[in-house]
Amino acid sequence: MANKPVYNIPIGPIHPAFKEPILFTFDIQGEQIKGVDFAPGKTHRAIEWMGMRRNPVQIAHLCDRICGICGVSHTLAFSRAIEQIAEIEVPERAHYVRSIIAEFERIQSHLLWAGVAAHELGFDTLFHLAWRVREEAMDVIEYLTGNRVNYGIVQVGGVRRDFTEDQFPRIEQALQTYEGLVNKLVTLFLEDTTIKLRSMNCGVLSERDALELCTVGPTARASGLALDVRSDAPYAAYGDIEVKPVLPDVYSDGIHGDVYDRIVVRLFEVVESIRIVRELMDQMPVGPVLWETKYAKILATCKKAEGEAIGRVEAPRGECFHYVRMNRSEAPEAWKVKASTYSNQMSWLNILQGEQIADIPIIVASIDPCMSCTDRVSVIRDGRQDVMTGEALHRLSVEKTRRLQE
Amino acid sequence: MIGMVPITAVIGCIGIAVYGILFGLVLQGVDRKCAARMQARYGPPLHQPFIDIAKLFCKDNIIPKNAVTSVFNAAPVIALAASVTILLYLPIGSIAPVLGGWGDIILVLYLLTVPGLAMVAGGLASGSPYATVGSQREMVTMIAYEMPLAIAVIAIAWRLYAAGVTDPFSLVTIAQTPVWSIVGIPGIIGMLLLMVAMAWVTPAELSRVPCDTPEAETELCGGILVEYSGKNLALFTLSGAVKTVAMATLAVVLFLPWNITWFVPLAGAAGIIADLVFFAVKVLLVVFFSVSLIRVGMARFRINHLVTFYWGYITLIGFAGMILLVLDAMLGMGVVA
Repeated sequence: MANKPVYNIPIGPIHPAFKEPILFTFDIQGEQIKGVDFAPGKTHRAIEWMGMRRNPVQIAHLCDRICGICGVSHTLAFSRAIEQIAEIEVPERAHYVRSIIAEFERIQSHLLWAGVAAHELGFDTLFHLAWRVREEAMDVIEYLTGNRVNYGIVQVGGVRRDFTEDQFPRIEQALQTYEGLVNKLVTLFLEDTTIKLRSMNCGVLSERDALELCTVGPTARASGLALDVRSDAPYAAYGDIEVKPVLPDVYSDGIHGDVYDRIVVRLFEVVESIRIVRELMDQMPVGPVLWETKYAKILATCKKAEGEAIGRVEAPRGECFHYVRMNRSEAPEAWKVKASTYSNQMSWLNILQGEQIADIPIIVASIDPCMSCTDRVSVIRDGRQDVMTGEALHRLSVEKTRRLQE
Repeated sequence: MIGMVPITAVIGCIGIAVYGILFGLVLQGVDRKCAARMQARYGPPLHQPFIDIAKLFCKDNIIPKNAVTSVFNAAPVIALAASVTILLYLPIGSIAPVLGGWGDIILVLYLLTVPGLAMVAGGLASGSPYATVGSQREMVTMIAYEMPLAIAVIAIAWRLYAAGVTDPFSLVTIAQTPVWSIVGIPGIIGMLLLMVAMAWVTPAELSRVPCDTPEAETELCGGILVEYSGKNLALFTLSGAVKTVAMATLAVVLFLPWNITWFVPLAGAAGIIADLVFFAVKVLLVVFFSVSLIRVGMARFRINHLVTFYWGYITLIGFAGMILLVLDAMLGMGVVA
C-alpha cells in the first residue's frame, strides 16, 4: 500500500460541489488526500474599486450586492464605519430594526447552509426540506424590507423603513413556526445515522489550529473558541441584550471541531436567533429610524468627514470587517472589505489533509464559503506579481469583449 | 438448435429490447416523480426520461483527446446489450423467457456484472481523473454487493433443489414454484431476510443513492460518465433503465413470483395481459421500495462505509437467511441427497 502512486486531481474552478468558482488541486493516493492547494480569485468583481468612485449613501447599496446571503451584514459594517467617521448618531430604534433583520438573515443563511451541506452529503431530501423551511424567513424579510435578497434596508444614519405595530404578529408567527420546526430539524440532521457516519470525525479543526489560523464565526465556535462579535464588541442593539456564543457542547458530548460540530453550531444558532429576535421585539423603543431624513444633509456630513474607522459585524458566516478612510471628499479614499470566508479559508489546507475524496465537498462546504465576497485579484505572470490598476482592469475587460465579439 | 435460429427467438429478442427500454424509462419517470413528491417537490413529468433520451440522441458524441476511442465507444453499446440480454433470460408475467432453454440463473448473475464492467472499462478509457476514481469505486462496489446477491439467488435455488424440484437453477422453475409455498416458519423468516438483502443489493446494482459513490455528482461530477455525452451517454442511460427493469424483474421472480391467473380464472390473451399488468405493478412496487424510498431517505455512503455495509451487515443478513432456509429444509421436507 505504501507504494501507491500519488496522482493529481483538479477540482474546480467549476465543479458541481462548489457554488462559486474556486480551484483546488489535490494530491491523491488511493482515496486519501495527501496534499491540498487552492487558488481563489476566479470571480473578482471589483466592488471595492467601484465603491471608491461613489458616495457613502450609494456604497451602502453597493454593499448589499457583495453577498446575496449576508447583505445586511456588509451594509451594516460599512454604515457603522462611516457613522463613526462622520460622527452620525443612529437613533435607538434603527439599531433594533437592524438587529432584527440581521438575525432573520442569520436564520435563513444557516438554513441555506444546512441544505447545501445535505446536498453535498448526497442527501437531497433534507436539502429540499431545509430550503423549504428557509422560505419562511425569506418571506418575513420580504414582508419587512420589501425584498427577498438585497434588502436595501440599512442606510447610513439608520434604516430606510420602520416596522409598524401591526407587523409584529407576523414576525411572532414566523418565530413560532421555527420553534416548532427546530426539534424536527435537529432530529433530521443530528440524529440521522448516515449524516453522523459521514460528518463525525471528518474535517477536524483543533481549537489551537482554529486560533492560529484566525478562523471566525461558526467555524471557530465549532472548534471551541467562544468568539462572537455580537458579544465581544456589541454593535447595533446587541449591547442591550445578552448574546451567548453557541458552542457545540450544547448538543454533542464535548467539542470535537468536526463537520458534525459545525452542523450543531449552525442549527443551535438558529435557536439562539429566535430568542434574540423575541427579546429585541420586547425591548424595542419608539422614535425615529433615521438620523436625518434629507439625504443631502447626510451626504454633506459625509463629505466633510475626515478620518478612518472600522466596522465589525458578526455575519452568519463569521466576522465581517469593513475599513473605510474618508478624506473630505465625496468618495472614500480607501475601502477594504474582509468577508468571513477570507479568514476561514486557510483552515481548508488543515482540515482537508488526510481525509478522503468523498469528504471533499462537505469539508469545503463546512466553513460556509462565499467566494465572491472574498476574491481579490492577483495576476501572476512568469512568477512576477503585477499590481492591477482600475484602468488596466478596464482595458483588459474591453479587450476581452472585443475578442469574444470577433 | 445450434446453427438455426428460430424466428420466434429473433422477434422475441427485439420485442424484449423494446419492452426493456420503454418500461425502463417509464420506471425512471415514476421513480423521479415519487422521489419528488416525497421531497415536497412537483417533479418532472412522467415522460421526462423519454425527452432526455431524445435530446441526448440529437447531440454529438464528444470524445476526449486522451481517451482510448475504441473502448470508450464500445462500452455503452456493451452495457446496453448486456442489460437487454439479462432480460432475455427472465420470465415476464406468465410469458416464458425468450432464451429460457439456453441458460440459467448463474448466467444471469454473470450477465449482471457485464454492464458494470463495461462502465468501468469506459470510465478508465476516458482518461479523466474523475472517471478513473469512479471506475475504481465501481469495481469496489461490485465486489461488495455481488456476495449477498449470489447468496440470495443460490439459497433460493438450493431450497427448491432440497424440496425435490427438478431443474431448480432455471428461472422458469423458480417463477413457477414460489419458494414461499414450500417452506415452513424458519424458511419464511429466512426468505424475509434474503428479501431485505436483495432490497439493499438493488440500489447498489443500479448505482442509486446511497450507493451512487461511483457517480457521485457532488464529488466526482458524474464519475464514470463524466466524459460521456450525446449518443454514448444516451446508451448508458438506456442501459441503466433496462438494468432497472432487469433487477426488479429478478427480485419479482425470486420473491414475488405469483401470477394473477393462478387465482383468477382467466385464459388466453386476457390472462397474459392480466399477468403482465400484475407483473408491472410488482416491478413498480420493487422499484418504489428499493430504489425511490431508499434514495429519498439516505445520504450517500463513503466508499469504505459501502464496503463495510455490504460485506458486514447485508452479507450477514443473507447468510442468516440462507442458514434458516437450510434449517427449514432439514426440519421439514428433508434434504434430498
